[in-house]
Amino acid sequence: MEMTMAEKALARASGKEYVKPGEIVTAAIDTLMVADMSFYDSYELMIEHGCSDIWDPDRMVVIMDHQFPAQNSAQAEKHRKIREWVKKQGIRHFYDAGVGICHQVMAEKGHVLPGNLIPGGDSHTTTYGALGAASCGIGHSDIAYVMAKGSLWFLVPETIRFILNGKLPKGTSAKDIILKIAGNYSVNVAQYKSIEFSGPLAKELSIDDRMTICNMGVEIGAKFAFFEADDQTMEYLKNRTDQPVELFGPDPGASYEAIYEMDFSALEPQVACPHNVDNVKSIVEVEGIPVQQAFLGSCTNAKVEDLERAAAILKGRKAHHETRLIVIPASREVYLRISESGVLHTLLEAGAMLGPPVCGPCGGLNNGILANNETAICTTNRNFKGRMGNPESFVYLASPETVAASAIEGKIADPRKYLD
Amino acid sequence: MIIKGKVWKFGDDISTDYLSPSFGMEEPWEERKKKILHIHEAFTKGWQPGDIIVAGQNFGCGSSRESAPANLKRMGIGCVVAESFARIFFRNCMAIAFPVTICKGVSTAFKEGDILELDFERSIVRNQTQDIALEGTRLHPDLLKIVQAGGILESIKCK
Repeated sequence: MEMTMAEKALARASGKEYVKPGEIVTAAIDTLMVADMSFYDSYELMIEHGCSDIWDPDRMVVIMDHQFPAQNSAQAEKHRKIREWVKKQGIRHFYDAGVGICHQVMAEKGHVLPGNLIPGGDSHTTTYGALGAASCGIGHSDIAYVMAKGSLWFLVPETIRFILNGKLPKGTSAKDIILKIAGNYSVNVAQYKSIEFSGPLAKELSIDDRMTICNMGVEIGAKFAFFEADDQTMEYLKNRTDQPVELFGPDPGASYEAIYEMDFSALEPQVACPHNVDNVKSIVEVEGIPVQQAFLGSCTNAKVEDLERAAAILKGRKAHHETRLIVIPASREVYLRISESGVLHTLLEAGAMLGPPVCGPCGGLNNGILANNETAICTTNRNFKGRMGNPESFVYLASPETVAASAIEGKIADPRKYLD
Repeated sequence: MIIKGKVWKFGDDISTDYLSPSFGMEEPWEERKKKILHIHEAFTKGWQPGDIIVAGQNFGCGSSRESAPANLKRMGIGCVVAESFARIFFRNCMAIAFPVTICKGVSTAFKEGDILELDFERSIVRNQTQDIALEGTRLHPDLLKIVQAGGILESIKCK
């Protein structure tokens, strides 16, 4: 029987020849990703339920990125305990604060392989589908269960396919694609489903761009969000893993619940307006709204290419004096690469304030909180009321290009006019 | 299991940032619970243990934080009946044994303050105030077992 990528990954992980949507399987976990907050609570739950050992410490990756640097002694105390537990359990794949945001680190350090089943303690775990992995967020009790048993139940999802056609116009990038999809089809289009992004444009998109799109797969409801693992995937993984890597895609003739075909040749920069990710408008409809904060960061859009695009707009220009430009590269590797290429210098000259490579203001967890009635334009993934820590503030989501242009003008601005 | 209570109504896309806001996250429960579902002011002031939530599409969208359903459970909310649920929230409800039911048409069949009675296993949703009965989606038997056992961690036996 022909299967989609989700079906193939779940069939293999559950030791079956074939699975079909609607079925519940118990699948063996290839790798479990946990960040600081999810590890702490899950580990305590596992111990409370009488289990003392992690099923396979080599299959776990622990990444410290949500609450760093610690803001108070209570957090610091939790972090100290996490480090103790990591030692006690013999977890080799431990990345303490400063290495980067969990999803970025997972990809960079070679923990994501095509076809693997990788649940994680963060909803944006869907990011790894950019490299062809079946990855999704789970909560603390499910994580505790996986830590103890190494397996978990999964409902085999229906799969939908987005065929991406055309060539992206100047001044648009991956974020505009996924926001356009959310705007057109709503945040429910992929609810509890697996997505496969395919088509000529999908093949052309870089791994950084694929990661941005898969990262936001969860924002349109997806359980998994895949790009086929192709030559670009192989190239990306070449020096990152010593594990065998194979191409991974759907079987020809696999069946899809729905197929959406879209042409992006006339795409305009897109902006998700408060307070929902599918409240999407074209840049021309929202230009001119004053912003007090512009944030280039998060697991969605703070990779090398993202910051290069922002820098291309900010080069030789300054952020508006009434707008705070916050830049948080997604990892130390990104930091190093943009510092070597001069992009970091450009951003600093433009007036950027830098933060350590962690989640930062995205989830309102540590810094960059807005005042009442302030507005931010961000490269992040969510704009729910209160998401960035204050329910009396407003968050717009956009591409790095649009955030950079908006920082310059102090109001939401079209990046295309800054590109020759 | 029969769950009965007074209904509070919510719309579509009720996110985990409403169910478990980041602001005030480290405050004591007595303070924190006042901020849960802050987008519905009357609810934050008036909810009582035993009350029930009726909502539209995509309830629980957003983060993987298990505190979203755990907060409702700790408040004593009887159940959530919605047009649809976001995947991770739904999983977390199974994992901590908090009853949720998918029921098409529920958001129009209830007004705030109506009395809802849910037959959880059979997925029958009754509006006692307006004398309407709806049939929701039955939970997969494997998942029903997890909920009936009291959550996913009740089945791990390491000792």
